[in-house]
Amino acid sequence: MTAKTIIRFENITKRFGKVIAVDDVSLSINEGEFFALLGPSGCGKTTLLRMLAGFETPTEGRILIDGQDISRIPPNKRPVNMVFQSYAVFPHMSVADNVGYGLLVDGVARPERDRRVEEALALVKLDGYGARKPDQLSGGQRQRVALARALVKRPRVLLLDEPLSALDAKLREAMRSELAQLQDKVGITFIIVTHDQDEALAMASRCAVMNRGLLQQVATPSDLYEFPNSRFVADFIGQVNMFEGRLAVDEPDRAVVQTTELPAPVYLDHGVSGARDATVWVALRPEKIELHKRGEGRAPPTMDDAPADHNVVPGMIKHLTYLGSESVYDVEIAGGRMVRALRTNLTRWDQEDFTWDEPVWLSWHACSPAVLLS
Amino acid sequence: MAQSPTKSAPGPLEYLRRWPLRLWLTAVLVYLYAPLISLMVFSFNKSRATIVWRGFTLDWYGKAFTDSDLVIAFANSLTIAAVSTIVSTVLGALTALLLWRFRFPLKTIFEGALGLPIVVPEICMGVAMLVFFTQVMPWPTNLAWPLNLGAIIISHISFSFSFVAIVVRGRLASFNRELEEAAKDLGAGEWRVFWDVLVPHMAPGLLAGALLAFTLSLDDFVITFFTSGPDTTTFPILVYSMVRFSPTPEVNAASTILIVLTVGLTAFALWISGGDVVRAEAGD
Repeated sequence: MTAKTIIRFENITKRFGKVIAVDDVSLSINEGEFFALLGPSGCGKTTLLRMLAGFETPTEGRILIDGQDISRIPPNKRPVNMVFQSYAVFPHMSVADNVGYGLLVDGVARPERDRRVEEALALVKLDGYGARKPDQLSGGQRQRVALARALVKRPRVLLLDEPLSALDAKLREAMRSELAQLQDKVGITFIIVTHDQDEALAMASRCAVMNRGLLQQVATPSDLYEFPNSRFVADFIGQVNMFEGRLAVDEPDRAVVQTTELPAPVYLDHGVSGARDATVWVALRPEKIELHKRGEGRAPPTMDDAPADHNVVPGMIKHLTYLGSESVYDVEIAGGRMVRALRTNLTRWDQEDFTWDEPVWLSWHACSPAVLLS
Repeated sequence: MAQSPTKSAPGPLEYLRRWPLRLWLTAVLVYLYAPLISLMVFSFNKSRATIVWRGFTLDWYGKAFTDSDLVIAFANSLTIAAVSTIVSTVLGALTALLLWRFRFPLKTIFEGALGLPIVVPEICMGVAMLVFFTQVMPWPTNLAWPLNLGAIIISHISFSFSFVAIVVRGRLASFNRELEEAAKDLGAGEWRVFWDVLVPHMAPGLLAGALLAFTLSLDDFVITFFTSGPDTTTFPILVYSMVRFSPTPEVNAASTILIVLTVGLTAFALWISGGDVVRAEAGD
């Protein structure tokens, strides 16, 4: 299946006075995608979405939908609909009138309007709620009204601005999978703006990470997590241990990073294709670090006994956090640097294995660290 | 066994169930309403004198309804109030929208000036109106009814529209701009957005403002006194002259009708707005 481009941002820049909210962003989004715009607050993701909806005009660049430039088309004439952060359900209208408003404005006749409103309400599991007023609904139900109201117009693209931020934790998780299922069912392209990386990873088929108006990386959730292209992305998505170093060896199937932050170099089983001796950063996720008791099993009793070319580092557990499903260990290594390791509690006694002030070995596979050039 | 709620001791915050606050509340209610109630009671008094009770009668109401001066003054007052309410509500709402929606030079000065009719002493406003309608824009005196009320209507609008503007402005402050964007997103143009989203949100403020304007106009004495002529007597001015020459319960009867009318109107407005008016007047 070849993906068809539905939206193209071409060198979009948006300035508010002297502030650059969006800085020369070019991005293509395919038909049927669940696309996430991810970034910290103030990174320009919402501005990008609002330009797509028509509430802001780009200072420079073009936005194309189905190949047509929509930069100058007012919001009420664009084939996109939006679910607002506050849901923006009209408080003086019933649920059915809210959902039917877009059709009413478009001059759709009463019988068809009623039928489509019914359909849309069923789609978001609000059948029978049509006569209610918004103040008789819970936050989650109001959001469903906003969803139905946008979907009933059968837009080419549905925009969602931080749709889950106002919901409580349990509901948020339930809505994640429900939104993903809904998108699958209606087949409309969804673009969601969020600052919550879990949300983006859980729902999106592709994410764009933004920072200070710049597009940092566009990739699938797993690529973002496992193959970040910059320190910002590695740090923003999930947790990471970052070591600054120098690329000492760089061959097609092997690389070594010399770092002063660790007692031993970092060995990699792949090339980096960076300039030799360049400054690089090694990003290592906590769950990719294994903990061993010293002198037990495969773990060597001292550093000198460790096999060469392997990533093994001694340390001391300084802090641990028990989270039920897993435990987080903050390990101090020679030089005082703290390294975070994550360990799943596989059995019910696992969390008792390691404790405070216990000397341990840390090890990780040579393919685990990501080497970042910027 | 749980004690029945009526017999339990008052809770720590149930001040209303302790005697000091009840006493205070009663005192306040008496202070507020005793004059009004005595006015109404004496409208049914059989005596000509307004202070000694001589038995029940409806004669004064009959008299009030047949007193052509009183009926004309009443009709004048209601006409002035109705016209000035409509005009000042529209004008006030537009002013509120302007202040809420747009930024323009000298906006803060404009906004401050809007409060002037409220803070300037009424007597000054009255004299100003008198000077204005004699020196600057003389209002013709020989016009047919209701055009002869024009000067009074204009002066009433000039002070009541700022009340409307301030109330509506307060209401607009709580408007969620995303509602407007949502309507546009769903295909509505500016005009539809205004009528479908903005006006319904403003409605309680409009109603509260209109009520304010109506009552302000209906009972205004000072400003009206300076702008009315012999043919354009309003109810408050007539009552004033009646009380000065021969105070009879007829005045009480006419006043009672006016009170019932305004209370009824307020109750009606509260009822159709479901209580939003009170919230709007409180600036919510």
